[in-house]
Amino acid sequence: MQLFKNVNVDWIGKKWQFIGASFLLFIASIVCLAIKGGPRYGIDFRGGTLVYVKFRTAPQLDLIRGALKQKGLGESTIQRFGPESDHQVIISLEQTATETAGELDLGRRTIEETLNLSFRPPEAQAGKLDLNNIRTASSLEDPLAGQPGLAAALPKSGPSQLKSIQDLASSIIQYRTAHGGLINSFDELKAIPGISDEILNLIKEKFYLGDFAVISTEIVGAKVGKNLQQQAVSATLYALGGMLIYIAWRFKGTVYGTAAVVAVFHDVIITLGFFSFLNKEISLTVIAALLTLVGYSMNDTIVVFDRIRENLKLLRREPLTSVINKSINQTLSRTILTSGLTFVTVVSLYLFGGEVINGFAFAMVIGIIIGTYSSIAIASPLLVIWNDYRNRKKALARA
Amino acid sequence: MRKNLRWKVILIVGVTLACIAGFAGFPPKLANMKERIHLGLDLRGGIHMILQVVTDDAVNMETDQAVERIKDELRSRQISFSEVRKRDFKRIEIREVDPQKTSEVRSLIDDNFQYWDRANLPEVPNSYLLTLKPSVEQQVRASSVQQAIQTIRNRVDQLGVTEPVIQEHGIASEYQILVQLPGVDDPARVKDIIKSTALLELKIVEPGYGPFPSRDAALRQFAGSVPEGKELLQSVRRFNDPSQSGEEWYLVSKVAAITGKDLKTARPTTDEFGKPAVSFNLTVDGASRFGRVTEENIGKALAIILDGKVKSAPRINNRITDSGQITGSFTLEEANDLALVLRSGALPARMNYLEERTVGASLGADSIRHGILASVVGLSVVIVFMLFYYKLSGLNAIVALILNLIILVASLAYIQATLTLPGIAGVVLLIGMAVDSNVLIFERIREELWSGKNVVSAVNTGFSKAFVTIIDTHVTTVVSVLFLFIFGTGPVKGFAVVLFWGLLANLFTSVFVSKVLFDYVLSGSPRHEKLSI
Repeated sequence: MQLFKNVNVDWIGKKWQFIGASFLLFIASIVCLAIKGGPRYGIDFRGGTLVYVKFRTAPQLDLIRGALKQKGLGESTIQRFGPESDHQVIISLEQTATETAGELDLGRRTIEETLNLSFRPPEAQAGKLDLNNIRTASSLEDPLAGQPGLAAALPKSGPSQLKSIQDLASSIIQYRTAHGGLINSFDELKAIPGISDEILNLIKEKFYLGDFAVISTEIVGAKVGKNLQQQAVSATLYALGGMLIYIAWRFKGTVYGTAAVVAVFHDVIITLGFFSFLNKEISLTVIAALLTLVGYSMNDTIVVFDRIRENLKLLRREPLTSVINKSINQTLSRTILTSGLTFVTVVSLYLFGGEVINGFAFAMVIGIIIGTYSSIAIASPLLVIWNDYRNRKKALARA
Repeated sequence: MRKNLRWKVILIVGVTLACIAGFAGFPPKLANMKERIHLGLDLRGGIHMILQVVTDDAVNMETDQAVERIKDELRSRQISFSEVRKRDFKRIEIREVDPQKTSEVRSLIDDNFQYWDRANLPEVPNSYLLTLKPSVEQQVRASSVQQAIQTIRNRVDQLGVTEPVIQEHGIASEYQILVQLPGVDDPARVKDIIKSTALLELKIVEPGYGPFPSRDAALRQFAGSVPEGKELLQSVRRFNDPSQSGEEWYLVSKVAAITGKDLKTARPTTDEFGKPAVSFNLTVDGASRFGRVTEENIGKALAIILDGKVKSAPRINNRITDSGQITGSFTLEEANDLALVLRSGALPARMNYLEERTVGASLGADSIRHGILASVVGLSVVIVFMLFYYKLSGLNAIVALILNLIILVASLAYIQATLTLPGIAGVVLLIGMAVDSNVLIFERIREELWSGKNVVSAVNTGFSKAFVTIIDTHVTTVVSVLFLFIFGTGPVKGFAVVLFWGLLANLFTSVFVSKVLFDYVLSGSPRHEKLSI
């Protein structure tokens, strides 16, 4: 099978259309970034508090918002996390509100307190424990052992009753971990082998199921945020510099290197523009994606450049424009195929990789499209433009 | 030629088997794999914290101690002085020593206080200004970080956390410590345990020096200022009867009779009313000092001070030597935790928290599920496409790809790298990037075939021409990944590691292994008319 056989597209002839389109996208990205006051940094760079909470039923977001506002912690943002049926939200607070108080985790503690007040049903007062709020198996053992009759009702799994209790505790926690961190109803626990109705009733006497569980928290101080920002910028600049040097060395001259770096820079800015336009956050992993893109787009460009160099030796008579056109067309099949395959893998990451990695996958999806386009439509035309410019200068000098 | 090929095949099979045994053991078992591949906190669940040691505290303490030692030395040599005081956290003033003995003082300072630079105080005669030497200051700061790490490690060990990470973080002059506790997700308690400086001091309260109901009441008693050598401390004592609760203040001497350093051990216990308390035992040296002090001060109160707050101030009824008890309305868990931090020793300085992340085990498990799903889908699509587009040669690429992944996993296990969620994303990405090399080669071979070359020579030229390009593409990606590794933290580092080793392995699999596979197939019948590509 063969997708691109004997392609004969005049890429260079359309160079101004390509460059014009890119220029527009580039300017649009810069404008969008400027209007929104720079990229929208995630918690890693901006500092602040994020609390991921899972609820048993669809949570009333206004209730949480109002309760937090009363606490005087400033404006909190509450957004859905993952599919709607998961009832998960992220509650976030700006760093200034919590850090000036001198205690980094004030925001988290306040959020947890507020959730406790608003979402723990009255059973909590009846001396029952919240099974959804006991963090570890070992802290579940004591209350289980304290329930009279429970140990005796359990199937014997070892020499002592303690062992049975430990097994029960760890299987309950394991079940909860495997099911999103929250038990919705006691009947679910019947799925655990060895839990009979009798045992379940004893458990119900001692515990109730709280309406929410805190799945994850992130608190980043302003200082760490600044450091991470610096590191991200350094990493990107060093990587670009390193590649410039490598290409300059490999292609014996700065023209190729500069063209490739300009193309890659264009990719990064436009990808950032997409993030800004869609209001997506730039997190640490997004920076990792951007850096990978720098490598990836460079990679595509090099394949074309390598072919140009090879063809320049073979086709000495032909003008540069036609050599470059030929080279792009010859490598087009490879470029489209590999970009296509990598694209497929990152789309799979975007669709199935889960919420946590979503920003990374999105950056890769956008970046691969832009990066592939730029190595064909930006980097190579730049070579021609540079060559034309030099020829004109030479002609002028002669005249 | 054939013999050469056989050795190459043996090498590849050997590498494959060694890699599989490397991460799954021999015979291969899934359990081994779970043990050898270290999962990051974002996949396992746990706590990640970055703390900053307030190293000024340690320098302060060094200066405080020097002030006391200078006073002692001067007194023991009967050299008079008007004042020895701390000017700021690293400078000491010695004012108006006996003019007859200035040379003795100078040599005393130069011989016994070598950590300090001596200068004359210009405005006052016969006075000196000591400044802590910059190199020593640096050393004090650095060692306070090391001490803090040791203390935190002691405490964490007692919490029973497996595979904790406690190490210096970032550049040395920031004095940061990274703490990672897999499998723990109760940040509030862990933080209390780690953060508590746990500086225990036992000090005598002179009669009439407390308790006072307020700070002002205490100061009024002493004409508005704290008497020389004393300090005013608040009590955190809480009473069960709310009508009695409220603050209390004590005037205690600055120098402690006994400190946490004199503790041999501490454990939770109950007091005479059956309420949780902490009992402690003293070292031999501490016990003899404690015995002397308590004997001299029978009838007075003994303030038990933790982190600068008076926990309780019981009356000394008789000579006490080697043990004591700290009471003061603890819960059982608080008593346990206090005993734990006392046992593990005091922190040399306070800690500031810069970052705290908690990942629940369920979120981690969720991430693993999603990561595996994305990898499987990505891999399947690539496999189907390669088979469809390149037929049998596609199979060649798939063998190379699978081997690439096997080598990657083995190197992760070998270098004990941590697999994080971005790391899994790196694997997915690698699948796409790895076939890139094969596509480059195959497209080249096709071109050579069209230009009329025979199969064997088309394969050979295809490989050799694509090789230069493959090296180039690998170098660029490795360069960006390298800087990610240098500047990245935690999860992102995991991504860099995966891509780095994955791409390195890819050079071996897509170039060497794939070529050997071609050679092997072609060697079967040298006059191949057609290649399935």
